[in-house]
Amino acid sequence: MSAVKDKGINLLHWVDYRLPVIKAFKTHMSGYYAPKNLNFWYIFGVLAMLIFANQLLSGIWLTMFYTPTAEGAFASIEYIMRDIDSGWIIRYMHSVGASFFFIVVYLHIFRGMMYGSYKKPRELVWIIGMVIYFLMMSEGFFGYVLPFGNLSYWAAKAILSLIGAIPLVGEDLQIWVQGDFVVGGATLTRFFAFHVVLIPLLLLVCVYLHIIALHQVGSNNPEGIDIKAQKDKNGIPLDGIPFHPYYTVHDLVPVVIFLMLFFAAVFYFPAGGGYFIEPPNYVPANNLSTPDHIAPVWYFTPFYAMLRAVTIDFFGVDAKLWGLIVMGGAIVIVTFLPWLDKSPVNSLRYKGRPSKVMLMLFAISFLVLGILGTKPADWAPFWVAPLFTIIYFGYFLAMPIYTRMEKTKPVPTRIGAHR
Amino acid sequence: MSSESTIEDNNSRRTFLSGATCALFALGGAGLATPYVLSWKPSARAKAAGAPISVDLRKIPAGTMRVEEWRGLPIYIIKRTEEMLNSYQGLDDELRNPESDDEQQPEYAKNTHRSIKPEVLVLEGICTHLGCTPKFRPNKNEADFTGFFCPCHGSKFDFAGRVYKGVPAPTNLKVPPHYYADDNTLVIGTDGKDTA
Repeated sequence: MSAVKDKGINLLHWVDYRLPVIKAFKTHMSGYYAPKNLNFWYIFGVLAMLIFANQLLSGIWLTMFYTPTAEGAFASIEYIMRDIDSGWIIRYMHSVGASFFFIVVYLHIFRGMMYGSYKKPRELVWIIGMVIYFLMMSEGFFGYVLPFGNLSYWAAKAILSLIGAIPLVGEDLQIWVQGDFVVGGATLTRFFAFHVVLIPLLLLVCVYLHIIALHQVGSNNPEGIDIKAQKDKNGIPLDGIPFHPYYTVHDLVPVVIFLMLFFAAVFYFPAGGGYFIEPPNYVPANNLSTPDHIAPVWYFTPFYAMLRAVTIDFFGVDAKLWGLIVMGGAIVIVTFLPWLDKSPVNSLRYKGRPSKVMLMLFAISFLVLGILGTKPADWAPFWVAPLFTIIYFGYFLAMPIYTRMEKTKPVPTRIGAHR
Repeated sequence: MSSESTIEDNNSRRTFLSGATCALFALGGAGLATPYVLSWKPSARAKAAGAPISVDLRKIPAGTMRVEEWRGLPIYIIKRTEEMLNSYQGLDDELRNPESDDEQQPEYAKNTHRSIKPEVLVLEGICTHLGCTPKFRPNKNEADFTGFFCPCHGSKFDFAGRVYKGVPAPTNLKVPPHYYADDNTLVIGTDGKDTA
């Protein structure tokens, strides 16, 4: 027995001499000290990685059966659903996985906003994270076009028309990107290439960088206390515990709960009540007729609501271009949080009332806009969407003011010291 | 060693050399990018598609709309009733571009009715906002509005395809090139001048 074990250890050392596997494991797992007080909100990063792995695996399998042509795409989805053994479950794991990926990432981002995880020295972690979010949105969009259902078609058309709103070069650029004078086979094949090759590669690189950058500076925590400021004589943070085995084992419980919820959706609500897969997408693309009610998938709806909230021309720029600017701005502005927040403390727990109220208003406006975006344009009074768009931007634009003016509570040097 | 060069000489020489190398690499990069960029343009096959279509107007009852396809675009042909023709008289204050100055129609359709024959309106059924197909609403029963209503973002157009104020669409609906081969035959996709 021990001879076999020795051989194993010898092999490990043989490899380690040539490739630093032991060092890597130590840096990122057994020797990575995470704050001891990480709570429920800190699970979403792990869950995002889990669902990303699910997307990669199920995606590779779907590629084996899918036909990326305007004529064949829709039929090949039906083929996967009906004729391939277990094809339906692989497809639903992929389509439900997309929605769960966004649920998890939205909660992950909100965690960062609550506890000030974007603040110095984690600015790059935040920026890389926003790049990941942007890549995810393009991935989600391209993926939604691939079945070439009627909503796929008109969603592609709407997004590509946005390019047409760019002054001067817009229309030529739109034709260049869609590869034809209308959305068609040429558009579908290039979206397929983006969805299965380009964006996943970029996502993998960015996720890797996100984690490396995080491990360089260390994890934040609900108290926003810098655990590296208080170390023992061996240089180990007093309030830190090794990620492995403590958090690896700890995270297994929420992972199992998450998988239960995920597969409950896969088996019983695969279309998510019309929100994960919208009803018009069960009809093949028809270039002559927009579905009566067109809305993007739920994870885009807050931005979609902002896009159509702008209906007046001002400063000599037409409403269509303003809509594009507002929608793009709503995404880009989140990236600047590290420099908008002037508070001396990280966590909301030590911030003043204005910060708490504003974050609450932000969350409400995001949800309200998300609901508005799923409804027809004339569903709510005309002023509702502009109002919540203003609140959304207000959270960010007023942040330098209220974080500077409000009174903050003193932050203890040790976690748990005030209890 | 008579021609002894100073370190500074060397440095400026090196800066020049690396600059020149970078510039050449950039040039090479642009050359490399060219086929990738060009390949995205509409293919010869896509350009060849899009022959004109002809429509027999006798098959369209007054007050109704017919949808035809040209170049993959939905083309709306509407035979307007007297009531529809009157509906947009005096609307000018509510419209973004009542005079049709936005070059969304051929010269021969730049008039009150935005058409050659007043009763026959030909439009590209593509909302000028984000490219949805606006719905034809001939009757007042829905939301007290008649004309074209885009379900995607609520843009509104009158029965001449002119856009209302306060909606996201920036310009009037486009009128494609068209002409009458004879009294009842409408040809869409060309204005008939190049068919000698």
